Amino acid sequence: MTLALFTEQLLNGVQFGIMLFLMAAGLTLVFGVMGLINLAHGSLYMIGAFICATVAVATGSFWLGLIASLAGAAAAGAVMEIVVIRRLYARDHLDQVLATFALILIFSEGTRWVFGSFPLYLDIPPILQGAVFLPGGVQYPLYRLAIIIAGLAIALGLYLLISRTRLGMRIRAGESDREMISALGVDIRTLYTIVFALGAALAGLAGALVGAIQSVQVGMGEPVLILAFVVIVIGGIGSVKGALIGAILVGVVDTMGRILLPQFFALFMENAQATSVGSALASMAIYILMAIILALKPQGLFAAGA
Amino acid sequence: MKKMIFASLLGLSLTASAVAMAEPVKVGMITTLSGGGSGLGVDVRDGFMLAAKMAGNKDLEVVIEDDARKPDLAVQIADKMIQKEKVDILTGIIWSNLAMAVVPGAVGQGVFYLSPNAGPSALAGKGCHENYFNVAWQNDNLHEAMGGHASSAGFKNAFILAPNYPAGKDALTGFKRFFKGDVAGELYTKLGQNDYAAEIAQIRASGADSVFFFLPGGMGIAFMKQYAQSGVDTPVMGPAFSFDQGILKAVGDAAIGVKNSSQWSKDIDNPANKAFVEGFQAEYGRLPSLYASQGFDTANLILSAMNKADVKDADAFRAALKEADFDSVRGDFKFDSNQHPIQDIYVREVIKEGDVLTNKIVGVGLEDRSSAYVDACKL
Repeated sequence: MTLALFTEQLLNGVQFGIMLFLMAAGLTLVFGVMGLINLAHGSLYMIGAFICATVAVATGSFWLGLIASLAGAAAAGAVMEIVVIRRLYARDHLDQVLATFALILIFSEGTRWVFGSFPLYLDIPPILQGAVFLPGGVQYPLYRLAIIIAGLAIALGLYLLISRTRLGMRIRAGESDREMISALGVDIRTLYTIVFALGAALAGLAGALVGAIQSVQVGMGEPVLILAFVVIVIGGIGSVKGALIGAILVGVVDTMGRILLPQFFALFMENAQATSVGSALASMAIYILMAIILALKPQGLFAAGA
Repeated sequence: MKKMIFASLLGLSLTASAVAMAEPVKVGMITTLSGGGSGLGVDVRDGFMLAAKMAGNKDLEVVIEDDARKPDLAVQIADKMIQKEKVDILTGIIWSNLAMAVVPGAVGQGVFYLSPNAGPSALAGKGCHENYFNVAWQNDNLHEAMGGHASSAGFKNAFILAPNYPAGKDALTGFKRFFKGDVAGELYTKLGQNDYAAEIAQIRASGADSVFFFLPGGMGIAFMKQYAQSGVDTPVMGPAFSFDQGILKAVGDAAIGVKNSSQWSKDIDNPANKAFVEGFQAEYGRLPSLYASQGFDTANLILSAMNKADVKDADAFRAALKEADFDSVRGDFKFDSNQHPIQDIYVREVIKEGDVLTNKIVGVGLEDRSSAYVDACKL
């Protein structure tokens, strides 16, 4: 494997990781602060993509679509929190899983009802079309590069929000002792709604960004959701830093596994067999990674409030 | 005298059909209506129901359930349909891994299975069954035509990829069977995968002169969009599954000019096809895909057999199915001894008609193609 190919694959892994981070950040915050398992997080991802595609087609501008997806997903998240989720904080995890699973079905069928079963068209904005040459002779799609940069900027923004602002302080306080902060006069209900809407907005943004290079269709959120759960378990539940590191780790391991494992087996196997054994093992790679990390650090890499 | 003979013949045929129509036929359709591959199932269902509606035969009863592309769920639905709903015929499955899970058990319980889409090699050869009919194609067929086309178009070094499931393996086997050049790289991706950055990077590094990919549904959309952005300009080609009507709409202009192979196209010139394409557009407000055409043909095959035999008389009904006495939208259609079609496979090109992307036939890839496994079938 040449250095250029290796670099390109590494970038692919990081880019995939960044997308997972946008999903996992909201999930881990909601879990960390409110103790809630939200299976419907993938639906917010789908909602973001559908809103972006609809607005982009109606107005002709991807950027308006992106803003609309952020706002729309945040609004959907806030409504979801107020109408359903709020009633679940005191319940055990099984009730939460059941209720949020119901939300997945409602959102999926609702979206199908409105938009139909066929994928929508959403294209990359003209300014980000095509590929660029990076130092070292690597040719890389500009849009994916933009996703990496945007994702890292969002990670920095989240870090500053949580460590440097009053809202962040309350979020951290909520993570460590929720009775105490409500006793201190903080409006915990509003805080929860804000955190939930923030996570929803990030998921919606991820959906819109990914929708432009994948397909915008009903059910697009659930496969990502599973990976996002893997990420927050690896990173440590409730830790945004853990989510970032875990996401990039999962992204890189998954991408590299998909390329390297078939090549590894091809060294001593017939090609067709090597590809099928390699691909099968590659799809397990991240779960093996998760198992190893949990064996060494049962709380995850950066357990918050543990 | 002449008139009398005619009248008595008419009377005879009326009684014959009255006997044949005595028992209603219950069809159970298990297809993918939710999740990633739902566009395919919806098209098969809509094509099937359009044929049923156009025929207006009150004795055809259809129950439809969604398998969500999950093999375990498909098996449960099949058992329920056979035991509780007492269906005579099962149909509808899109994905070969689901077909492999459902079909052997279903035909073993004495119901008919008519495949409107999946045609895994394992069921075309040694695993063939007298109650299993494939109305679409054996999985390898479309890919074989594309392999032949790639050779005649002068490609010598192809990079090939497909999802890691039975139809994906059949696809690459089929392509290689007729492709005379070298294979620069061969990849199996995850079924339902949506990000192909890693695969595209390997294509870039491989030095191939062409890319053949079999990625149906949302997978094909994602691949084509990402490929168009990657800066790789190696020409792509594939079976119709990678460029069907549902995919083209979401991929956009990036697909124009791409060659793909299909047993059906909306511009095949015969009355049945014209009626189908017009009827489909009038009913559903969109262009039909090849999946819809397969659903339509499946329903018409059932209807043709219903006019000849009673479904409760399995031997007679099987013989009636085997005659394939219906006007297929593809033109010539007959069953080989393994009960898979013998049909022409065309090469199509993606064009823009007004502002709609669609396919146009540019040549015949393989004429009267049966399947490679027919000799292994002991029917």
